[in-house]
Amino acid sequence: MLAFLIKRGANAVFVMLAVALLAFTIFRFFGDPVEMMVNEQATQEDRAELRERLGLNDGFVTQYTRFVTNAVQGDFGISYRNQQDVMVLIGERFPATFELVLVATVISLVVGIPLGVITAVHRNSRLANALQLGSIVGVSLPSFVVGIMLILAFSVSLGWLPAFGRGETVDIGWWSTGLLTPSGRAALVLPAISLSTFQITLVMRLVRAEMLEVLRTDYVKFARARGVPVGRVTWVHALRNCLMPVITLTGMQIGNLIAFALVTETVFQWPGMGLLFIQAVTFVDIPVMAAYLMLVSFIFVALNTVVDVTYAWVDPRLRDDAAKAGGANG
Amino acid sequence: MTIRHLLMASAAVATLAGTASAENVLKWGANRDIGSLDPYSYGDSFTINVLNHVYEGLVRYDADLKIEPALAESWEILEDQVTWRFKLREGVTFHDGAPFTAADVVASLERVSHETSPLKGNLPAYVSSAVVDDLTVDITLNGTYPLLLNDLTNIHIFDKEWMEANDSLLPTDIGSGTEGFATYNANGTGPFIVESRQPDAKTVFVVNPDWWDEPKHNLDRIDLTPVTSAATRVAALLSGEINFTNDAPVQDLPRLAAAPNVKVLEGVDLRTVMIGFPFRDTLVSGEPNPFKEKAVREALYKAIDLELIHEKVMRGKSRVAGATVAPPIPGYVEALDTLPGYDPEASKALLAEAGVPEGLEFEFNCLSDGLVNEEQFCQAIASMWSRIGLAPKLDVAPRAVQTPKRTQGKTDIYTLGWATLPMLDAYSPLLQIFHSKEGNSGVFNWGGWSYPELDGLIQQAGMELDVDKRLALETQALGIVKDEMIMIPLHQQPMAWAVTDEVAEMPLFPDNKPRLWFAQVAE
Repeated sequence: MLAFLIKRGANAVFVMLAVALLAFTIFRFFGDPVEMMVNEQATQEDRAELRERLGLNDGFVTQYTRFVTNAVQGDFGISYRNQQDVMVLIGERFPATFELVLVATVISLVVGIPLGVITAVHRNSRLANALQLGSIVGVSLPSFVVGIMLILAFSVSLGWLPAFGRGETVDIGWWSTGLLTPSGRAALVLPAISLSTFQITLVMRLVRAEMLEVLRTDYVKFARARGVPVGRVTWVHALRNCLMPVITLTGMQIGNLIAFALVTETVFQWPGMGLLFIQAVTFVDIPVMAAYLMLVSFIFVALNTVVDVTYAWVDPRLRDDAAKAGGANG
Repeated sequence: MTIRHLLMASAAVATLAGTASAENVLKWGANRDIGSLDPYSYGDSFTINVLNHVYEGLVRYDADLKIEPALAESWEILEDQVTWRFKLREGVTFHDGAPFTAADVVASLERVSHETSPLKGNLPAYVSSAVVDDLTVDITLNGTYPLLLNDLTNIHIFDKEWMEANDSLLPTDIGSGTEGFATYNANGTGPFIVESRQPDAKTVFVVNPDWWDEPKHNLDRIDLTPVTSAATRVAALLSGEINFTNDAPVQDLPRLAAAPNVKVLEGVDLRTVMIGFPFRDTLVSGEPNPFKEKAVREALYKAIDLELIHEKVMRGKSRVAGATVAPPIPGYVEALDTLPGYDPEASKALLAEAGVPEGLEFEFNCLSDGLVNEEQFCQAIASMWSRIGLAPKLDVAPRAVQTPKRTQGKTDIYTLGWATLPMLDAYSPLLQIFHSKEGNSGVFNWGGWSYPELDGLIQQAGMELDVDKRLALETQALGIVKDEMIMIPLHQQPMAWAVTDEVAEMPLFPDNKPRLWFAQVAE
């Protein structure tokens, strides 16, 4: 088991280093941050001098090594645009993104699971077919379109919910939350729905497929034969056996949602990490872009590693296979 | 107006504001956030514009964009012709209550012109400054220079004691990797005080009851919220979540104008859109450069149907331009604002005469995030040039990608918009675009031209203290630019703001900068 853990850890570190390398290769094509930083009247010498001070004239390898060395010590530098410490900046935005993702996940489960059960139990009914069709729409519509349509309906036409922003927030230590104020909760509704549409259909389809299998199993038939009420069989006995893959999927999708939140955050001016990243791209704010990419890839790597380790812990066969495969390759 | 009168007036306003029950709030939805609370932190005119509500300069622009006294009451040029003596306004205090004195001016000028300041180019002629007495300051320049006041409109004055107490006497240097106190905090003399700031979410300004000037606005508060997505900004305006935006997207103007509660404010920007030519010996492709010939430049000029671009691409909202500066800019004369006439046949003849080969390829560099509808008008112009037998290769990309190509001469023909900001004088494009590239001059002379006669006129204008003589020199220089077709002007681009019926008065400024101390909300 220890060897397995070490191997997974080494894999994770390697992936992170590769992401940083890729990021730095891409940044070279983003353009020159100095041109965005100085004003129109700065001379060519001023620009060159600033470029030198920022270390942008150094070779690719030097810049990459410097970045990795500093990043290992938790130092991602200062944002070119905001002149704030990058980790502080990202730390300020993280609660906004996290709350959005959390609420979107809850919505996707609360809505997706019952819909999945209904479509499985009443399959081929008109309702189930309509829901199935609707889920195709949910998968196909890009989230910015969903966002704009929600804004048009609920902000412009009905005037019920705000079109942008996060409302009033309350600070609990370093964490700022919008969940404790009415305006904060109102502001959360539209972005969370917009972010969860894809996720809802995913959960619904997964639950439906699992349910269809479980409903065929013997213990469900016996329960029915014994006269246990249909509702109880479906919602308690059958559903419980469908939830394992749903929980795994939801956990894995959190990384995706954090990455996808970028689009939703831009549409709703949600002050989270995604919005920060988009603005960093516009201004070629390399320290922020680098730190964001590292953080998001860290979240992905961490989630995957945790899931792998858990699986290996639960199922020793995986552990052996992984060790053997690794040995053969190495 | 005496100081006592001013103080009484502001005291009276303060009492009124205190007793008013409902707050007058201007909810400003901008297309982006300010970078920082420190106006000297980043060479960004929007940040400086917003922070001008908090910080002020020695002089400022009035409602007609004429320079008027602000923190300085009067000024004179001393006998040596290079030292300017400013008498400062008495009784002005910073938001933290500290009095405004000459030492503050000197400390602020030192800060903005420091080695590491990204704004030092805004004071090109500055050498040093000195305290004469508490309310008198001397600024020494590197020669006779007529446009110091124009430059000073954008140099915000900080409190020296506040900067000392917070270790901010020097500008924030990103290169050193440390944060600055002024990035998060502000302490100016202006009509509004920063109450709170959450980057990318909301910055709140409240009225300064102790402002030295008599307010023309009736605002109690300004909520600045950036809304980057244009569609969301329009929706927020329609739903009344914001009541002012300084960037109403051109494609949504009919929708906004049709809404009963929204008023669109349209105007023509000071920004003149131009096309620049390369004057190097070879093109990027290595072929000899035909654009050094005036006849070839003329051919390309006559091949552009300016009216068509105005009507179709700019939806009739631009102003077709013949001169390289807009009419409100000092130095502009109507005689220079003539059009060449669209004549593709004449263009073909000119090209043939100059021996330009059929199907000549060259780079045409445009920005995807630059001027209004830039991508579209670039495409239109490229196809107009194809019609006279040329083969322009259109290269459209974001500013951050294109600028290095432009400054390093890795492109041929390019676009450039110039609003003459912050100087608001024809001297600005003359010095920075049309002058030969040397030292502080010709920073935007990307084509690499050099006209000694033009340089001479510009240098003379830069030392001429008599306004009429200086403007005559500038006009003469602009005449050479036009005759030689160094750059060809296309149009002044449109600008649009929008307000809801909650806003009673919002003067639209042609430099596209909101000045909310002139704004009124409906009571």
